Amino acid sequence: MTAGKVTVRLTVNGKAYSREVEPRYLLADFLRHELHLTGTHIGCEHGVCGACTVLIDGKTARSCLQFAVALDGAEVTTVEGIAGDGPLHPIQEAFHEAHALQCGYCTPGFLLTTVEFLRRNPTPTRAEIREALTNNMCRCTGYLNIIEAVENAARRLSGAGEVATERTR
Amino acid sequence: MKPASFKYCRPDSAEEACSLLREHGADARVLAGGQSLVPLMNMRILQPRVLIDINRCSDLAYLREEDGTVACGALTRQGDAEFSALVAEQVPLLAAALPHVGVRASRNFGTVCGSLAHADPLGELPSVAMALDARFVIASSRGKREVGAEEFFISALTNCLAPDEMLAEVRFPVARARSASVFLEISNRAHGFAVAGLAICVEMSEGRHCSQARLAAMGTGDTTTRLKEVETLLEGQTLDGAIIDEAGALATRMAEPLDDVHASAAYRRQVMGSLVKRALRRVLERAS
Repeated sequence: MTAGKVTVRLTVNGKAYSREVEPRYLLADFLRHELHLTGTHIGCEHGVCGACTVLIDGKTARSCLQFAVALDGAEVTTVEGIAGDGPLHPIQEAFHEAHALQCGYCTPGFLLTTVEFLRRNPTPTRAEIREALTNNMCRCTGYLNIIEAVENAARRLSGAGEVATERTR
Repeated sequence: MKPASFKYCRPDSAEEACSLLREHGADARVLAGGQSLVPLMNMRILQPRVLIDINRCSDLAYLREEDGTVACGALTRQGDAEFSALVAEQVPLLAAALPHVGVRASRNFGTVCGSLAHADPLGELPSVAMALDARFVIASSRGKREVGAEEFFISALTNCLAPDEMLAEVRFPVARARSASVFLEISNRAHGFAVAGLAICVEMSEGRHCSQARLAAMGTGDTTTRLKEVETLLEGQTLDGAIIDEAGALATRMAEPLDDVHASAAYRRQVMGSLVKRALRRVLERAS
């Protein structure tokens, strides 16, 4: 049993961290305030909007609904870890090229949702993409360019050619 | 929105979790996937003084066939059940409903038992449990007891658990060879809050003859509700267009739906009739 601060050890984007935090500390706050990884954005803070989506042991999670203490020993991937210090990840490139973001607040969540989704389903249909994107909310784009970006990212990652986009058709 | 402070406990077994519940009782909450509990804590609607995290209780993470049921432990994630061949084959109604529960990121962590214990009147899994007459295994340091779905759900967000008890397992009966089940849900947006939904399980004999029907509606009361008048109407009848229309009209007449920001009571009443007809037509198609 633990009261007061507890030690939390997490591997985030391949790097091991150890911090003393209160048990009520949410993963989203742990990432932003303790590790200064501010790419994870906080939207609704009750699991609806998907802005704070990260991967925990490879699975998408709402980081606002996870207590850091409960994840002791886990591996977390945030948007900062998708491409590391290298060039953009193919999913990021596809978002960039399809103009799949406007204000960009929701984008990190969409990217991580897409990472998990294309790993599970490398050649999705458009309907499956729309279904997967219900994980996240975007108030700017109207989603169409995001769907297009995911479609292109899937083709790029599976080695197939690009689809003609609305703009190039 | 940040949760209030709490004392954090991490038991390694169900037995240890139960003894912590005995010690802390109503001051404590059990944390499994946290997909219903943590939003309520973030909003400070719930401020438990003690959180009992059962995520390391590996003896609670299982899906197995047992005595004509599929037994699902308290730590089985919705996503694991969704992708389970055992569930797809033996409890098709549960497999059909799971993709409607929350979103991928919530199903990755949220548990089947957690969603049931949350007892949301618009939750999908309570209606599945009602339609299948699932059994709920409740554990405490006093021992185990078992209740049926109708005893488990009391009212909105209220189940029958005593403060020192936890839902340790739910048992879904294996589908019989001549049964057909259908899950339908209507919402304003895909994966938004449900307006209404319906889980049905019909036992057929001799072609289109309905020997038993269980219909559980969501969105028509402060818990999932069995549509018993409709069940009585259908039992012993041969399913055809006329009886299906009659069942739909009866469901619309009998429903006492919620009236909220997502849908009016009048709309929900109409939706319920349509869902009953749509589901029964699907049963009929499969029987033919």
